Amino acid sequence: MPKNSRPNFPPATPLQPRKRAILVGASSGIGAALAQQLAKEGYSLALLSRRLDLLEEVCAQINREAGETRAQPYAHDVTEYETVPALLQKIVQDLGGLDLFIYNSGVSHMVGLKNYDFEKDRRTTEVNYLGALAWLNPVAAMFQSARSGQIVGMSSVAGDRGRVGNPSYNASKAAFTCYLEALRNRLSRYGVNVLTIKPGFVETDLLKGAKKLFWVVTAEAAARDMVKAIRKRKQAIYVPARWRWLMLVIVHIPSVIFRRLTF
Amino acid sequence: MSLTLEKSFTKLENFGHSLKTPAYLLRPETVEEITETFGLARKTGLTVTLRGAGRSYNDAALNGGGIVLDLSGLARVKAWDPGSGLITAEPGLTLEQLWQTVLPDGWWPPVVSGTMLTTLGGCLGMNIHGKNNFRMGTFGEHVVEFDAILPTGAEVTCSPTKNGDLFRAIISGMGMLGVITSVTLQMKKIESGLLEVHAWPTRTLEEQLNSLLEGAPHYDYIVGWLDTITIGHGQIHAANYVHDDPDPAKMQVSYQTLPGRLFGVMPKRLLHYFMKPFVNNLGSWGVNTAKYLASLRRHTFRQSHAAFHFLLDYVPKWELSYGRDGLIQYQSFLPKETALQTWTEMLDTAKKNGLPSYLGVTKRHRPDDFLLTHALDGFSLALDFKVTNRNRSRLLAMLRDFDRTVLEAGGRFYFAKNSETAPETALAFLGEETVARFKALKKRTDPHNLLESDLYRRVFGSL
Repeated sequence: MPKNSRPNFPPATPLQPRKRAILVGASSGIGAALAQQLAKEGYSLALLSRRLDLLEEVCAQINREAGETRAQPYAHDVTEYETVPALLQKIVQDLGGLDLFIYNSGVSHMVGLKNYDFEKDRRTTEVNYLGALAWLNPVAAMFQSARSGQIVGMSSVAGDRGRVGNPSYNASKAAFTCYLEALRNRLSRYGVNVLTIKPGFVETDLLKGAKKLFWVVTAEAAARDMVKAIRKRKQAIYVPARWRWLMLVIVHIPSVIFRRLTF
Repeated sequence: MSLTLEKSFTKLENFGHSLKTPAYLLRPETVEEITETFGLARKTGLTVTLRGAGRSYNDAALNGGGIVLDLSGLARVKAWDPGSGLITAEPGLTLEQLWQTVLPDGWWPPVVSGTMLTTLGGCLGMNIHGKNNFRMGTFGEHVVEFDAILPTGAEVTCSPTKNGDLFRAIISGMGMLGVITSVTLQMKKIESGLLEVHAWPTRTLEEQLNSLLEGAPHYDYIVGWLDTITIGHGQIHAANYVHDDPDPAKMQVSYQTLPGRLFGVMPKRLLHYFMKPFVNNLGSWGVNTAKYLASLRRHTFRQSHAAFHFLLDYVPKWELSYGRDGLIQYQSFLPKETALQTWTEMLDTAKKNGLPSYLGVTKRHRPDDFLLTHALDGFSLALDFKVTNRNRSRLLAMLRDFDRTVLEAGGRFYFAKNSETAPETALAFLGEETVARFKALKKRTDPHNLLESDLYRRVFGSL
């Protein structure tokens, strides 16, 4: 691997230590908003996404505002699982370490109420869940061995129940939530924190064309809540927080009623 | 391949606990495994940093996200000749193991640091000095020969006359040119396990520097303690070898070893907890004042070598008393002519900024001809500063100002110590020609830049 292509984050020094984060899925929406706010917190950021042009814009804006290199773009498709370990190693060296890893990549391929489409389901599962495994396994191994670090997974309220509209999306998020819980149980004994974030409706591309929305928040507002939870090393949050109470009700709706609902 | 990256990712810190960067920590036990590591670095694109005891105050033994090669597993004494005083050892051997090997036969390392926990590799990479720099020079001046593996895979043997350019650059080269795998050192013959120590107070910085200057020719060792808050209250400790007490019992390790308990009761490993309340502006004023009052009595006493030299080892883990964000050391080297005025100004500024140093140590130096040398004909002042989240940026700004002042006064810096040295500062005190020579040697021994540390990237990365 050539080393001359190494991006130059300003080095961490005893009098200018730096927090370092990787954010997978950072070109738009919640990811881009999170990147902006983490940069303001002083993080050095490796931002990953398939869409390099968008990513470069995000980085340029962050670096312009910070007056130094705080963010660097890395083009990456999370379904190219086998490229992950080497890329992770390279990025951690570029950053000079790693304190925080966020998996935010997610897609939603609506199939419609009465249709079934394996291709769409597979794409959803690959990005939302398998890609997460490909990244979080080596990251967890790294943090476990270093006995420090924080992992953040962007799950969803959609993972709390299986609903009629988008089964594979629900299932991918439910699997991700469960995997994150398992990681938390594995890693907390090593001093590693795992935060599961379950956003409700956030104004992003993912929601385009979706109907029956309520409590919609902007990506910026959502990112603010998330950064706060990261700072406090929380374990699981809903964004905005009031979803916790709604979901408490929803998960307790008996199946006999729930299977008659159409949302 | 016996060394793998798997499960080796480790959170590492510097000695001052002021910087934490994780890295793949590999611990070779054979010389072959060092060569293997370079192969691994080439394959993965990761860089490699050498680490001995990890006693550098700054980022010299850290390599965030890369490989850190912990050489403390290579710590054998390969040959010791009590007749000639020549010892050949591996780089992970500590100064503690070194003096304990040679002392019973009537020898002592000619140069030692203030702690005995440092390794030979670290001492050579930074070309350390002791309280006798003005007389015995640096650690490197007592090296007869060493073997090194270069990142190219080549093995070289260097001595003052053989591969002289590499000899003078690998020693002082911060471990950035190659890995020393074996070194032969000349020990110094001594006649007693004791030193005769003279202690006297100084009332001003001028008096302290004059004491060092005038005292140096008459003593084997001389060092000053400075209360940096009153800027001048201090104490000189000067010591000579003893020639009239050849009691072999005093040359035994057991006689020299520092006691493990304070007043025979409290285990010393707990002591740093009790120091913590004093490591602040008020506490250190109290401690410094008490120490000065206690030192007002001029007196002479005899002390074992270990007790005189390894003051920093009296309180194990003393660095923890500086709290969560640790400490940094700022050491500047100044010519005799400009030292007094520059340091007076500097300490005054530190006091005014509310960022006083809690410990000041002065020494007398002489120049040497190693490539990245820090020494000169003059003095050094080492200052310990407590780091907190709140004072970090103010401290950095102040020390960068000090750097400019020291450069204007013809001063130099030490890569084992300072945390703030900027590329342009290094360029200014080393000179463009020296930096160019270092870079040329680096290109020759390490064309793919496999050896890099956080320190190297900070100071030399952009030069």
